[in-house]
Amino acid sequence: MDRLARLGATVTDAIAGIGRALAMLLGAIIGKPTPRKSWPLFVQQMYVVGVLSLIIIVVSGLFIGMVLGLQGYTILVDYGAEQSLGPMVALSLLRELGPVVTALLFAGRAGSALTAEIGLMKATEQLSSLEMMAVDPLRRVVAPRFWAGFVSMPLLALIFSAVGIYGGYLVGSGWLGVDEGAFWSVMQSAVDWRDDLMNGIIKSLVFAFVVTWIALYKGYRCEPTSAGISKATTSTVVTASLAILGLDFILTALMFGG
Amino acid sequence: MESRKSHIFVGLFVVVGVLALLFIALRAASGSTVTAGETYTLYAKFDNIGSLKVRSPVKVGGVVVGRVTNISLSGEYYEPLVEMEISQDYDKFSETSSLSVLTAGLLGEQYLGLQPGFIDDTVGTLEDGDTISDTKSALVLEQLIGQFLFSQGEN
Repeated sequence: MDRLARLGATVTDAIAGIGRALAMLLGAIIGKPTPRKSWPLFVQQMYVVGVLSLIIIVVSGLFIGMVLGLQGYTILVDYGAEQSLGPMVALSLLRELGPVVTALLFAGRAGSALTAEIGLMKATEQLSSLEMMAVDPLRRVVAPRFWAGFVSMPLLALIFSAVGIYGGYLVGSGWLGVDEGAFWSVMQSAVDWRDDLMNGIIKSLVFAFVVTWIALYKGYRCEPTSAGISKATTSTVVTASLAILGLDFILTALMFGG
Repeated sequence: MESRKSHIFVGLFVVVGVLALLFIALRAASGSTVTAGETYTLYAKFDNIGSLKVRSPVKVGGVVVGRVTNISLSGEYYEPLVEMEISQDYDKFSETSSLSVLTAGLLGEQYLGLQPGFIDDTVGTLEDGDTISDTKSALVLEQLIGQFLFSQGEN
């Protein structure tokens, strides 16, 4: 009986958590738009969330593209099909690795920072003081961060894929001697902008929504102590990573499985 | 000053993102360029289409002129009916043109090879909605092996 009660409590807690998260999100993004006030806040957050994540995205994109080129070449050359290196690199980056790895890196680099920042604001009662001054912390603190994450992650994913394809080209064509013309033309005939490029962008939009939402909610709902903030930050990275990988399977099955 | 600097960086970030999109869209991906413009529809009946798929290319002498848009069974004998879109740039194919299901390389994708026929006063050109009657089916490996074994057995 005790166990049953505990199970029930867990389920109710989970549902209540989803409800609170939804309420926070709706409170943040629904309301009269105030572009004069919120635009500078949004740009500031774009800088923190997007621009500062650029270096890790570019470097890891380059290396992942180069590794794909190297690994793909060693397998494809056995079948005399090294011209297919281009589509292999481009398709795996555009469909899977671009959106997914970007989202994972983004969760680690920007998501944890968002959680810690908002958690600390809560612990030091900055959020309560905003409310005291009749400023809605959801609109003032959460909303610009949400939009910044939502806008910047697809851009980061595109940059990741582009740099990765270039990395694959560097290794494949520059080092291993795949014919340059074949590399690009076979890639062009295999990659379709609607099936591959648009689906990749849709994927990264979904991931951006989920990761930023989780990060903000964990910060907004964290226990206002130093231990609570550290727990919330860890939980952001773990929950967001699991959500990304789970959602990626579902989205892939929907987009490419049929 | 601080805020102006971050504005510039954010602007640069967005520009780089859009450039990445353009790079991928122009360099790595291709829209189905042939069928992007005006097209007209042709039909063809086959005995066997092999592993032809929707979006497989239709080629004339290796040049892509169109794409397969639909594959279905038709008529009372359930013959495979292939619907394809051909670019309006190539609208002077003769009615005596023939279609065959070909394979790119030994293990490659299958595509439709269009062999243009002769043009004469008595022969018209293919119009939108016409059906190409002269078709050659796909070679199916199992049937080839079967025929080979059968002919071996006779000798």
